Amino acid sequence: MTASEQTFLDNPLGKDTTLEDVLDGFEFLDDWEERYAFIIDLGKQLPSFPDDARIEENYVHGCQSQVWLIHHYDEDSGKLFLLIDSDAMIVRGLAAIILVALNGKTPRDLLATDIDELFEKLDLFRHISPTRGNGLRAMVGKIRDTAARVAAA
Amino acid sequence: MTDLSVARTAQQSAFDVDAIRRDFPILSQQVNGKPLVYLDNGASAQKPVAVLNAMDRYYREMHSNVHRGAHTLGDRATAAFEGARETVRDFLNAGSTREIIWTRGTTEAINLVANGLAPRLKAGDEILVSHMEHHANIVPWQMIAERTGAKVVPIQVTPEGELDLDSFNSLLNERTRILAITHVSNVLGTVNPVAPLIEQAKARGVLTLLDGAQAVPHYRPDVQALGCDFYVFSSHKLFGPTGIGVLYGKAQLLEEMPPYQGGGEMIERVSFDRTTWNTLPYKFEAGTPAIAEAVGLGAAIEYLGRLNRPAMEAAEAALLARANELVATVPGMEVIGTAKHKVPVMSFKIAGLHPSDIGTLLDQQGIAIRTGHHCAMPLMDFYGVPGTARASFAFYNTLDEVDQLFTALQKVQRLFA
Repeated sequence: MTASEQTFLDNPLGKDTTLEDVLDGFEFLDDWEERYAFIIDLGKQLPSFPDDARIEENYVHGCQSQVWLIHHYDEDSGKLFLLIDSDAMIVRGLAAIILVALNGKTPRDLLATDIDELFEKLDLFRHISPTRGNGLRAMVGKIRDTAARVAAA
Repeated sequence: MTDLSVARTAQQSAFDVDAIRRDFPILSQQVNGKPLVYLDNGASAQKPVAVLNAMDRYYREMHSNVHRGAHTLGDRATAAFEGARETVRDFLNAGSTREIIWTRGTTEAINLVANGLAPRLKAGDEILVSHMEHHANIVPWQMIAERTGAKVVPIQVTPEGELDLDSFNSLLNERTRILAITHVSNVLGTVNPVAPLIEQAKARGVLTLLDGAQAVPHYRPDVQALGCDFYVFSSHKLFGPTGIGVLYGKAQLLEEMPPYQGGGEMIERVSFDRTTWNTLPYKFEAGTPAIAEAVGLGAAIEYLGRLNRPAMEAAEAALLARANELVATVPGMEVIGTAKHKVPVMSFKIAGLHPSDIGTLLDQQGIAIRTGHHCAMPLMDFYGVPGTARASFAFYNTLDEVDQLFTALQKVQRLFA
């Protein structure tokens, strides 16, 4: 199956599920169980990922689990749409948070977004091991590289 | 919720684990607001105060370079350093300290042997390893195979995680030059029946190396009884410091092997016309060695020597038995590696969960395990998993900690359900 344009455009993350939703949701969670249950639930919103896109070119290196990333640049709106997939549920949840912040933006807006600030607000790194932090940074890095490439094209 | 308070089948009475835990200060701390439960001993074990003190005392009272002999501190350092070598010799029951080479660890020891044996290899020769090896006992052999035209051949593993002896028998042939296998599997905990395999290999003139990294924390190997040509292990898994390990090799073979690295200490005489090598073991110890670490390893082995070993082995067996008994309390949990003879190591998967999910959520509960491929990708491929979660126990772990692991796993399982 190849990802149709529509799969990208229908991705609820960053559209129906907004950054405010995530920040509001996180605010009232104080124990680790609730936080992770929330993250895992967010991960369930990731749209299904096309099997034939699980190739080396789309692979995000530096994660403990397998992570893939593909994009679609919508020429009409000038916006960049992203799909992420992982075989680990917590990583799917973290990917969903990243998409909420970065999906469906113009490359210029995407590059101007301070994702570290968001992670800090969510207090994510305090609860995430350095190894997993590296995986998060690898995902964000690949997204930013993609945006920079599209912007330069 | 399943009741974990079933009557305990094994007692640790002969082995005062509470007293032993007081010897390991790192264990009495909180992680993520919970008491630390350290079950990642297969990756690296914790250090008793005896080791910390020995290294501290070494630096405070006797540090100097070794084997220089011009002053008192140098003599003290040399005595402590060579004393540690004698402690290791005794631990392995090796014939002579000439056969005990300090290395940086198991990995460097295997690389040293592989390089030293390379001149004996030619195209078509075969190096027999197994499908359950750590990458450290695969890659160095692949590298010399590349150089010499020899071939690395893996012995198959059964679904239970034991060496397939039929596979071994069919692969050991007139082309085999080296048998390099692990004594105990780091992923599965399987204790391999190495003695008869070595005997068969020797009968064909095949050289033998045992990777003892995962064996020495649980057993005291007798290299003369085993009959292997080389035995290697790391200090840090044996409750000693990082950065040092041991290569035991039969003196005659070590004599015949070329040096591994060149530099100071390993030479007898250097000139631009001709340089000659130092005697064993120094021929393989170029540069200033890890002196404090050697002293620390010696202290770790001495510490272990003061424990009641049969009681310690019984306590470890009780930990594994308890864990096996509780597997059924976690829906979807499956143990990978069910060999008859195992050290207290449990690799597992839980249906629908990625090992890294399990590891992250156990860490939130103060429980440290290892997740991933465990540097044994061929074995992961064999079981068709991206990785496993692995709980590896040491003698300082308690039955209560085993219970906590399973209570925590039940919680993890519920969170994802």
